Amino acid sequence: MLHLALFSFFGAICVAGAINLLAQRHPINSALSLIVVMGSLAVEFMLLGAEFVAVIQVIIYAGAIMVLFVFTIMLLNAGEEERSAGSRIAVLLGVPALLILMGLVAWVLIRQNPASGTVAAGALPGTPPEIGRLLFRDFLLPFEITSVLILIAIMGAVVLARKEH
Amino acid sequence: MVPLSYYLVLSAVLFACGVAGFLMKRNIITIFMCIELMLNGVNLAFVAFAAHWHRLSGQVFVFFVMVVAAAEAAVGLAIIISVFRTRETLNVDRVNLLKL
Repeated sequence: MLHLALFSFFGAICVAGAINLLAQRHPINSALSLIVVMGSLAVEFMLLGAEFVAVIQVIIYAGAIMVLFVFTIMLLNAGEEERSAGSRIAVLLGVPALLILMGLVAWVLIRQNPASGTVAAGALPGTPPEIGRLLFRDFLLPFEITSVLILIAIMGAVVLARKEH
Repeated sequence: MVPLSYYLVLSAVLFACGVAGFLMKRNIITIFMCIELMLNGVNLAFVAFAAHWHRLSGQVFVFFVMVVAAAEAAVGLAIIISVFRTRETLNVDRVNLLKL
């Protein structure tokens, strides 16, 4: 019961943050509501027992990535976005279409309940030692490949953002 | 005990909000944030299924998604900076030519 209450409370904050992200016109407000979404998602991960994922969600997503976003917004001095004819049509047609689609998806998921089961709070303890064992044994090759990917991304970012002479 | 479908519905709502923002927003930085929102929705589905089937690999996949998102954010924001430098705008409607 408590699990359901916490899930609903933080799920509502999550959805409210996502809708606020779409409603705001200034990018810095959107960035702050995205941080709210990420923070409440970290709580949802914690409810599922994924402690490691919850912590890296806060450190990497809400910390590192969003700092990068806010930094870019301030660097480029981004102002309010301009509305165009195309975006007005997109809002008029897109929002009702989105609501219908969401209603259908929710109806199908709740009706069918694919795995027909419930998830208990902390059903699967995702502690760092177990994740690390899996990561460095079964997923060693993907892990090494992502390190190469990160290296290439760093070099690409430096090359792209460099001033041309 | 929360039904698995509730988690999936929440994840689908977040993903749909991301898609809607991607299509409606005109500011290139906000569009980029909507992509992050979609990735977050997918991460929630991964963790919910991991907890449901008692497999930790779902959480390892979330880790990989986050690493790719970090790499994507670094490169994408560098691209945004260089687009802004050449065109002096962040509006995607004005960034419609490959040539300057």
